[in-house]
Amino acid sequence: MYSDNILGFETIEKNLKAMAFKRLIYSFISILAILFLLSSGLTIAEENNAGSFQRGLSKFFDYPVDLFKEAFESGWRWYAYVFKYLPDLISTINMAFFSTLFGAIFALLLSLFASKNLIKNQYIVTLSRRTMDILRSFPELVIAMIFLYLMGKSELPAVIAIVIHTAGALGKLFSEAIENADNKPIEGLQSCGASWWQRVRFAVIPQVVPLFISYTLLRLEINVRASTILGFVGAGGIGEALSAVIQFRYGDEIIAIMFLLVITIISLDYFSRFLRGRLIGDNK
Amino acid sequence: MEQVLNQNVIDAVDLKHKKHIRILIITGFVFLVYLIGSILHFDLPNLAKKWNKDRASMFMLDIYAHKDHIKMNWKDPQKIDVRFEGGHRHVYKDDPTWLIRNKNNQSTIVNFDNGGQFVFFPNRVEMRNFPNINEPFIFKLNKNGKPYVDGYVGKESMLPSWMRATENKVEVRPSLYERLQVYGSKVEVHRYELGWKYFWFDFDSPLVGKGFFDAISLMFNEDRVDPKISNFNLVVNEFLENEIWHHNTVLFAMVETLLMAILGTLIASMVGLPLAFLAAYNVTPLSSIRFFLRRLFDMLRGIDMLIWSLIFLRAFGPGLFTGIFAIAFTDTGTLGKLMSEAIENTDKKDKEGIQSTGANKVLQHRFGIIPQILPIFISQSLYYLESNTRAAVIIGAMGAGGIGLHFLGALMTGNDFENVAYMAILVLVAVMCIDTMSAKLRRLLIGIEDKK
Repeated sequence: MYSDNILGFETIEKNLKAMAFKRLIYSFISILAILFLLSSGLTIAEENNAGSFQRGLSKFFDYPVDLFKEAFESGWRWYAYVFKYLPDLISTINMAFFSTLFGAIFALLLSLFASKNLIKNQYIVTLSRRTMDILRSFPELVIAMIFLYLMGKSELPAVIAIVIHTAGALGKLFSEAIENADNKPIEGLQSCGASWWQRVRFAVIPQVVPLFISYTLLRLEINVRASTILGFVGAGGIGEALSAVIQFRYGDEIIAIMFLLVITIISLDYFSRFLRGRLIGDNK
Repeated sequence: MEQVLNQNVIDAVDLKHKKHIRILIITGFVFLVYLIGSILHFDLPNLAKKWNKDRASMFMLDIYAHKDHIKMNWKDPQKIDVRFEGGHRHVYKDDPTWLIRNKNNQSTIVNFDNGGQFVFFPNRVEMRNFPNINEPFIFKLNKNGKPYVDGYVGKESMLPSWMRATENKVEVRPSLYERLQVYGSKVEVHRYELGWKYFWFDFDSPLVGKGFFDAISLMFNEDRVDPKISNFNLVVNEFLENEIWHHNTVLFAMVETLLMAILGTLIASMVGLPLAFLAAYNVTPLSSIRFFLRRLFDMLRGIDMLIWSLIFLRAFGPGLFTGIFAIAFTDTGTLGKLMSEAIENTDKKDKEGIQSTGANKVLQHRFGIIPQILPIFISQSLYYLESNTRAAVIIGAMGAGGIGLHFLGALMTGNDFENVAYMAILVLVAVMCIDTMSAKLRRLLIGIEDKK
C-alpha cells in the first residue's frame, strides 16, 4: 500500500486522526448499545417483576433490619446458635473440599488429553476439550437437582454435581497451564542429559504445579459457595439448615448462619490468597 | 577447593530435594487417607444402590421417547380412547394405524413394533405374540372387581419377573417400550415411541406433523394455510403457543435469565470501575475513603450471592430485579477489588509521561491508567458474564424466576421429564453461546495477546 520511502508527518497525523475517529465511532456505538440494553432490559424487568422497583427499594432494609433486631433480642443465646450450626458448616466445607479434590483429579486426567503439546492427535484434543466445555456449561444446580430427584436426599448428588462442574472448569485451566509451560527449561535439562522423568520432575512440574494448586484453591472457594447453594435445595449441610430456618422465620438463627457463612467465605478468601501468594510468588 | 565447593552445593541440593520428596509423600498420604475416608463418608461405593431405578429408567426413557396412553374402562368397554402422554386435551380424533378395532367380536388390538399385541375384550385383556414370550397371558377381573392373571391365582410368585400382581393392580412390562396396567376400574396401556413428538407444533395446530425444515420452507411459501394471517406469522405463533412444550414461556424464561446475567454484570462493571479508582492508592490520596471502599468490597463479596438473593427476594419479590441485583452486588465487590488491584499495579511511567505534558489529573488517569487496565477490565467483565449466566439459572431456581424456576417446576411434577431435558439442553446451549461469544469479543477487543 505504502511506498518504500518514510512516511511524512502529515500522513502519520492523518492516519492517526482517522484511527482516533474510527475508535470514537466504535466506542460511541458500543456505549449506545449498552445504554439501550440497560434501559430496555430494566423496562422488561420492571414489567415482569412481582413488585415494582421503587417499592422494593423502600423495603430493601426492612428484612435485614428485622433479622438483626431479632438477633439482638435473643441476646446471649445467639452465640449458642453460632455453635449449633458449626457441624453443618463443617459438613458443607467437607463436601466442597472433597468434590474439589476429586474434581481436580478428573480435571488433571482430562487436561492431559486436552493439551496440544502432550497429545499429537488433533481429534483426541478436540474431543476432550468439547467434553470439558459440556461438563462446565451445566450449572451445578441443574445436575444436582436431577440427581437429587433420582437418588433421594443426600449429600452425594451435590458432590457429583460439583465434581462434574469442577472437572470441566479446572480441566480447561489445567490444560492451558500445560500448554503455556515454557519449553526452554525442558530443553536445558535435555542438553545436560537429563532423563524423561528428570525433565518432567525438574522442568515441567515446577512450572505447572503451583498454577494447578492456585487454580484448585480458587475453585475450592467457589465450591464452598456452590455447596451452600446446593444445600439450600436439599443436599444437606448449612444450606439446608438455612432454608429450614428461613421457612420457620427464626431471625436470630438466620443471622447466625449468615454470619458463619460470611466469616467462612472471607477467611477462605484470605487463606487461599495467602497460599497462592506463597506458591506463585506474587502476592496479588 | 573448587571441587569441595561443588560437592557442598550438590549435597545441599540433594538434601533439599530429599526434604521436598518427604513432604510430598506425607501430603500425598494425608490426601489419600482423606480421599478414602470421604469416599466412604459420602457412600460413593453404594452409588449404584442409591439409584431409584424405576425413576431413573423412566427419566431416561422420557428424555428420548414419548408415549401414548390407551385406556379402557371396564364399565364402558366400547369407549377406548388414545391420548398423547395421557393429557386430557390430547385425545386423538382418528385412531392411529397401530390401533385396530374389530366390530365383530368387540375387540380392540394395540400393535407394537416388535409384533406384540395387547388385545382388549369387554371382559378381559390378552397379551399375544411378544418376542421371547411363548405363553399368552390373560388378565381378568374377579367377582370382587379385583384384577388377576388368569391361571396364576395364588401362584403369583411364579409370574415372570417383568410382571407384578398385587391385590389392586397388575403391572406388565415386557420391555421398556410397552406397559400394561390393569386396575379394578380400568386398563391402561402405554405405548412408547422414539423422539419428541409435537416438539415443533402442537396437537391441535393446523401445522401438526410438520418438521423444522418443512416449517421453514412454509414460512416463505406464498400459499396461505390460514387465509387470515401470513404463513410466517402462523408458523411463529403456532410454534410459540405449543401447549405441550410451552415454547412461549420457556423461551421467555431463558431470555429473562440471560437478561439477569447481562444486566447484573453490566451494572456491576459500571459501578465497580469508578469505585475501583477510588479504592486505589495511586488515584485516591485519602486513606479513609480507600479503607472504607475496601471493606465495602469485602462485604459485598463475602455475603454470598445466595444471601443477597434471599434479601432481594424479600424486597423485590420473585422477578428479574432480584436476580439482577444479587448478581450486581456480589460482582461489584469482586470486580471492584480486582480492578483496584489492577489499577495499583499499573506502570507509573505512563501516568508520569502524561503529567509531564501538563495534563490535569483527570486526563492523567484517562490516558495514563485506563489504557493499561482496559484489557483486564474487559476480559474480567466478560469472564464474569459467563459465570453469571450459570449463576442466574441458580438464583432463578431459588425463587427469582427465569428458566431456573421453570426447570425446578418441571422436575418436581415428576412426569414432564422431556421438558426437563429440553430446558437443560436450552441452558447448555445458552451458556455455550455466551462462552463462545465472550471469547470472540475478548479476542476482538483486546487483540491477539489473549489468543495464544
